Amino acid sequence: SAISLPPELNDWEEVSPALFPTAIANDREPAPRSSRALPLSCCCLVADVTQRQPRSAVRPPPALGPSSGCGFLMSVVVHGDLALSEQEKELNQRLRSLYPAVNEQETPLPRSWSPKDKFSYIGLSQNNLRVHYKGHGKTPKDAASVRATHPIPAACGVYYFEVKIISKGRDGYMGIGLSAQGVNMNRLPGWDKHSYGYHGDDGHSFCSSGTGQPYGPTFTTGDVIGCCVNLINNTCFYTKNGHSLGIAFTDLPPNLYPTVGLQTPGEVVDANFGQHPFVFDIEDYMREWRTKIQAQIDRFPIGEREGEWQAMIQKMVASYLVHHSYCATAEAFAKSTDQAVHEELASIKNRQKIQKLVLSGRMGEAIETTQQLYPSLLERNSDLLFMLKVRQFIEMVNGTDSEVRCLGGRSPKSQDSYPGSPRLFNSPVHKASSSQTYQTSFDSNYCNGVSSSKGHTLAHSHKSCPPTIPSPEPGVLNGSRGQQTNVSTEVEMEVDHFSNGVSESSSNGFLNGSSTHGIDLEECDADMEVDSAQSKRQLCGGSQAAIERMIQFGRELQSMSEHLRRERGKNSANKKMLKDAFSLLAYSDPWNSPVGYQLDSIQREPVCSTLNSAILETHNLPKQPPLALAVGQAAQCLSLMARTGSGSCAFASVDDYLH
Amino acid sequence: KKNFDMKNAVIGNNRQKANLIVLGAVPRLLYLLQQSSSSLELRTECAVVLGSLSMGTENNIKSLVDCHIIPALLQGLLCSDLIFIEACLRCLRTIFISPVTPVQLLYTDPTVIPHLMSLLSRSQHTQEYITQIFAHCCKTPEHQTVLFNHGAIQNIAPLLISPSYKVRMQALKCFSVLAYENAQVSMTLVNVLVDGEQLSQVFVRMMQRDKPIEMQLTAAKCLTYMCRAGAIRTDDNCIVLKTLPCLVRMCSKERLLEERVEGAETLAYLMEPDIELQRIASVTDHLVSMLADYFKYPSSVSAITDIKRYIDFNSRCNQLDHDLKHAHELRQAAFKLYASLGSNDEDIRKKITETENMMDRIVSGLSESSIKVRLAAVRCLHSLSRSVQQLRTSFHDHAVWKPLMKLLQNAPDEVLVMASSTLCNLLLEFSPSKEPILESGVIELLCSLTQSDSPALRVNGIWALMNMAFQADQKVKVEIVQALGTEQLFRLLSDPDTNVLMKTLGLLRNLLSTRPHIDQIMSSHGKQIMQAVTLILEGEHSIEVKEQTLCILANIADGNTAKELIMTNDDMLQKIKYYMGHSNVKLQLAATFCISNLIWNEEDGSQERQDKLREMGFVDILHKLTQASDPNLCDRAKTAMQQYLA
Repeated sequence: SAISLPPELNDWEEVSPALFPTAIANDREPAPRSSRALPLSCCCLVADVTQRQPRSAVRPPPALGPSSGCGFLMSVVVHGDLALSEQEKELNQRLRSLYPAVNEQETPLPRSWSPKDKFSYIGLSQNNLRVHYKGHGKTPKDAASVRATHPIPAACGVYYFEVKIISKGRDGYMGIGLSAQGVNMNRLPGWDKHSYGYHGDDGHSFCSSGTGQPYGPTFTTGDVIGCCVNLINNTCFYTKNGHSLGIAFTDLPPNLYPTVGLQTPGEVVDANFGQHPFVFDIEDYMREWRTKIQAQIDRFPIGEREGEWQAMIQKMVASYLVHHSYCATAEAFAKSTDQAVHEELASIKNRQKIQKLVLSGRMGEAIETTQQLYPSLLERNSDLLFMLKVRQFIEMVNGTDSEVRCLGGRSPKSQDSYPGSPRLFNSPVHKASSSQTYQTSFDSNYCNGVSSSKGHTLAHSHKSCPPTIPSPEPGVLNGSRGQQTNVSTEVEMEVDHFSNGVSESSSNGFLNGSSTHGIDLEECDADMEVDSAQSKRQLCGGSQAAIERMIQFGRELQSMSEHLRRERGKNSANKKMLKDAFSLLAYSDPWNSPVGYQLDSIQREPVCSTLNSAILETHNLPKQPPLALAVGQAAQCLSLMARTGSGSCAFASVDDYLH
Repeated sequence: KKNFDMKNAVIGNNRQKANLIVLGAVPRLLYLLQQSSSSLELRTECAVVLGSLSMGTENNIKSLVDCHIIPALLQGLLCSDLIFIEACLRCLRTIFISPVTPVQLLYTDPTVIPHLMSLLSRSQHTQEYITQIFAHCCKTPEHQTVLFNHGAIQNIAPLLISPSYKVRMQALKCFSVLAYENAQVSMTLVNVLVDGEQLSQVFVRMMQRDKPIEMQLTAAKCLTYMCRAGAIRTDDNCIVLKTLPCLVRMCSKERLLEERVEGAETLAYLMEPDIELQRIASVTDHLVSMLADYFKYPSSVSAITDIKRYIDFNSRCNQLDHDLKHAHELRQAAFKLYASLGSNDEDIRKKITETENMMDRIVSGLSESSIKVRLAAVRCLHSLSRSVQQLRTSFHDHAVWKPLMKLLQNAPDEVLVMASSTLCNLLLEFSPSKEPILESGVIELLCSLTQSDSPALRVNGIWALMNMAFQADQKVKVEIVQALGTEQLFRLLSDPDTNVLMKTLGLLRNLLSTRPHIDQIMSSHGKQIMQAVTLILEGEHSIEVKEQTLCILANIADGNTAKELIMTNDDMLQKIKYYMGHSNVKLQLAATFCISNLIWNEEDGSQERQDKLREMGFVDILHKLTQASDPNLCDRAKTAMQQYLA
C-alpha cells in the first residue's frame, strides 16, 4: 500500500506531500451571506465574519530538484496521496483504539521519523517511514540515528512500534530503541545517557552505555523487531518476529522518542507506528495490564470503619439529586436511606422549574421566574443576567424563546415539543432515547397544568420591564405539585461541562427503573419524525414581527453590554459571547453556519448549570454536587497523571466505572 | 427433622463428621436415600448430609466409599427430580475428586457414563459436577475411549461457552485429559465447531492474557496435546504465536509454584520433537535464565528445619512448607524443560550450560532423594551430552561421570535407560571422561545391562561397550570379551531387537580392528564368530545388518592368521561372491573390501590366495565391477585388480 519512490528521490522527504490536502480543507472558510438584507444597524453583527480571515494561503507545492523528472514525480505524488489517505485512516484508527487515553492535542503520538531530528547520514523516504544509511560507514564514528516526530505519551500506558529490516547492508550494525530529546544523533541508540538500544549484529542490549549486555538473538534482513515501552512500570521489552524477548530495560525516564540507528552502507529499515497491523499481539499484552490496573483499583482499600463508605456514597447520591432538583426521587432516596435533605422541598422545586425553562429554551420566562423567586440574585450578578439575556437572544433566533413564539404563527403545542432539546443533554455517547419522551410529555403537561402562572409571566415579559418583586405565587407551587408524578420520572439533568458523559449514564440508570419503557420508545419514534419534518428552520420561527422583536432585543442587549462595560470595565468573555451570538445573523442559514453550534440545545446546559449554581450559592449550598465534583476530580487526576508520566492512567478511564 | 439437625451439626466441623461416621450414620443415610418410599425432601437432605460428610478428611471419604456410597448415589441419579440429582452429583463429585477414591468405580457399571452424558443438559450444576468428575476420572487411554465413544466431545464442547465460569473451566479440563496422547480425540477436536467457531480458536481465546491463569494454562495444555497427537501442525500460528508464548509466561516468577511446574512440563512436552519450537522458546522472555530461578528453593528438609527455628511459625512457616513441597517439583520441571530445549540445537545447549551453576545443579540433581528429580536431571544431562563441545569441556570439568556412575548402581529402569544412554555419549572416543570411567570398572555393569529384559537397556549396554571398544587398548578389548562372555555375545547376535543386533555387530567390528587384535580374538573365538557371521548372512536381515556383518568379515580378512578362517571356508567365499554381485551397492562395496583384503600383495601367502580366488571366478567379477557406475565401488574394484597386476 505504501508508495515506493525511486531511490534517487530519497532526499526529498523534507516536504511531506500528504499535508496539502488537509491544509486546504482546514483553511476553507464558509462563504459569508450575501443576498439577504436585514435592517441591521448594529455594526458589530458582522464582526465575526470579517475577523475570520483565512489563516494562511495554500502553500505552493515544493520546488522539485531535477525538472526532467517532474512530470513523473507529480504522478507518483498524486497516486501516493490516495494510497496515503487510506493508510492515514488506518493509522488514526489503530492509534485511537490502542491509546484511547491519549489526548493528541496535548501529546501527539509518533507517526513517522522526524526529518529535522536526525543525523545527516540518515536518509528518509516513503513518508518518512523508511530509513536508510548514506554515510561512509567506516568506523563507529559514522553511526547515525533518527528520532520519531514526537515522544511517547505516558497516557499510552503501553506503547509499541515495529521496525522491519529491509536490508542489513554491509555489516548489519543496526540499533533499535529509544532516546530522549537532545541525545547525540551521530551515535547508535543505547550508547549515551538517556538512550537505549537493541543491536542486530550481536543481539546485545545497550543501556546508556558503550558496552552491551547479552540480551537476545541477532537480527537481520527480513526480521521484524518490535519495541514495547511499558509506561506503568517504566520497562521496555523487544520482540522478534512476533515473539517477546523479555525485559531489556528498567527504570526508563519519561518522554522517550522511538529511535533507530544505522552504521554501514546499504542498511535500510522500515518503521510501523501503527500504519499496518503489528506482527506481535500487543493488544493481548495491553489486556493483561488493563486487567492488572483494574484489579488494583477494585482492591483499593476503602474506609476502615464499617458503613462509613456506604453512608458517604448515599450522601453523595442524595446531594446530587437535590442539586439537580429531582425532588421526588431525592425525597424517596432520603427516606429510604434515612438522611436529611438540606434544602426545602419548595426551593428544590423552584430551581427545577427554572431549569426546565432554560433547558426548553424559554429564556424569557426563565429570567422572569428567577427574578420573581430570587429577587436580588440577578441584580447582584449582572454578568449572569447578561449571559442569560444573550442566551435569550439566541433562543429568539432559534424561534424557541417565549417572546418570539407568541409572535410567531406556530401553535404553542408544537413549539413545546422541541425535538432537539432533550438530545442536548446527550453528548455523543447518550443512548437513552427514552429520556426524550419524558421531556416531551412533561412539557405539554406543564403547559396545561400551569397555564395561569405562565400567562402572568408572559404578560410581563412583553413589556420587558425591569424586574418587579412579586411575592411567590401559590399557583406556581400548585402547578408544579400537579406535576409530581412526572417529576418523579423526569430525569433530564443539567450536566456540568466537564462531566457530560457521567450524568448521562446515571440518568440511564434512573430511567431503567421506569415501568413504561416500551411505550416511551414508541413515542420517541414519533418525536424523531417531528424533528425531520421541521428540518427547514426559519429565523425566529419565520415571523416578521418576531424578527423585529429579536432585532430590538439585540439592540437592548448591545446597550446593556455597553452599560456593563462602562460600569465594570471590559469583560472579554462577555464581549465574545455577544459577538458570537450576533454572528448568527450574518448567515442565511444560521443553523448550518460556523457559529450555528450556539443554536444547538446542548448549549443551554452550561447556562442552566451556571444559573442553578448561582441560585444554590445564595442558599449557601455548594455550586456543584459532590458527586460531580468527585467524578470531575477523578478525571482531572487522570489527566494530571498523563501529564506527570504515570502510565496507569491509560487503563483507568472514569467512564469504565460509570455504568 | 433429625437430618436437618444433623446437617447443621456437621457443616464445617470435621470432628463432628468423623463422629457421625463412627456412629454408623452412613448406612442409615444411604438406606433412607435409597428408599423410594421416603419423601423426596428427605432423600435430598440425606444426599446433602452425605455431601457434607464427604467434604471432610480423606479418612471420611474412605469410610463412605467402603459403605458403597458410590453405587447408591449413581442409582439416585436415575430419579427425575433435579434438586435430588444435583445433591447426588455434588456428593459424587466430592468423592471422585479425592485421590483416595478408585477411579475405576465410575466405569464398573457401563450404563453410568451414558446416563451422565444425558444429565449434562439438565442444569449448570449438573454440567459443573459431571465435567469435574470426568476431568478427574479420565486417567487411561481406556477411559478416554469410553468417554469418547459416549459422545463426550459433542456433549461437552458447547459448555466451553457456558455463562458459568466453573462450567467453562471444567469442560476445558475435560478436553485436556481427553486429548492427552490420544490421536483419535485430538483429530476429532480440530473439526469441532462451537457456535460457529473452531475449537482451537476457542482455546486461543481462552489463552488471552486477561483470562484467569488457570484457564490460560489449561487451554494451552489442550492445544499442546492436540499438537503432540498430530492434530495441529507445530508451525501453526496457534502453537507458535499463542500456545508457546503462553506456556513461557506460565514459567515466570509471577506465577504460583504449581503453575510454574505445570507450565514448564507442558512446554517441555510441546517442543520436545520440534527444533524450531525449541529455538523460538530459547529466545522467548529469557526462558533459559528464568528457569534458573526454579532452583532457588530450599532443597533439603534439614536446611528447612534449621530455618524454621529462627522464624515465627504462624505465617512464614506455611509458606516454607509449601515451597519445600514444590521445590523438587520445580527442579524436576526445570530439568525436563532444559532437556527438551537442548535436545537438538548446539547453540541452545551452550546457552544452557552457561547458565549460572547449571552443571553443579545437574550434578547435585543426579543424587537427590526424589526419583523424579534424578530422572529429570539425567534426562537433562543426556540432552546436553549430545554436544561434542560440552562433552569435551563442562562435562569433564564437573566430573559428571561420577554421580552418573553412582546413579547407575541400583536405579529403577527408567533412570537406568537415561543414565546408560548418557554414559554411551560419555564413552565416545573424544570424551575426556572416557578414561576415568573405564578405570572405575564400568564394564561389569554394562555387561549386566545387556542381560536386561528391557530392549532399551540392552541396546544402551551394548552401545556403551561398542563405544568403549572403539580404538581401545588390547587390554580393554580382552576385558570386554571376558566380561561379556562369548555366550552372551552370540546371544546378543540373535537378539530380536535390531538395534541390539546392530550395536553388537558394531562392538565386534570395533573389537576386530588393528591386525594383532584381530588375530588374537579370532584365534580364541574364531570358530564362533565365523558361525555367527554365516548365520546372519544367511538369515533374513536388513541391508544395514548385512553390511555391518560384511564389514566384520572384511576386518577378519585383514588379520594375518585370521584370513585363513575365510580362505579355508569355501561356503563363506561363495557368500562373498554372491554379495559382490548383489543389487545393493553398499553390500557390493563391503564384500569387495573383504576380497581386496584377502588378495593384498604385501602379505605372506598372497599369491596362493590370489590364485585360489581367480580360480573361483573373483577376477571376472572384479573386472565387471571396475565398470560399475558407483565411483567408490569402481575404485575399490580397480585397487583390488591392481593386486593381480603387480
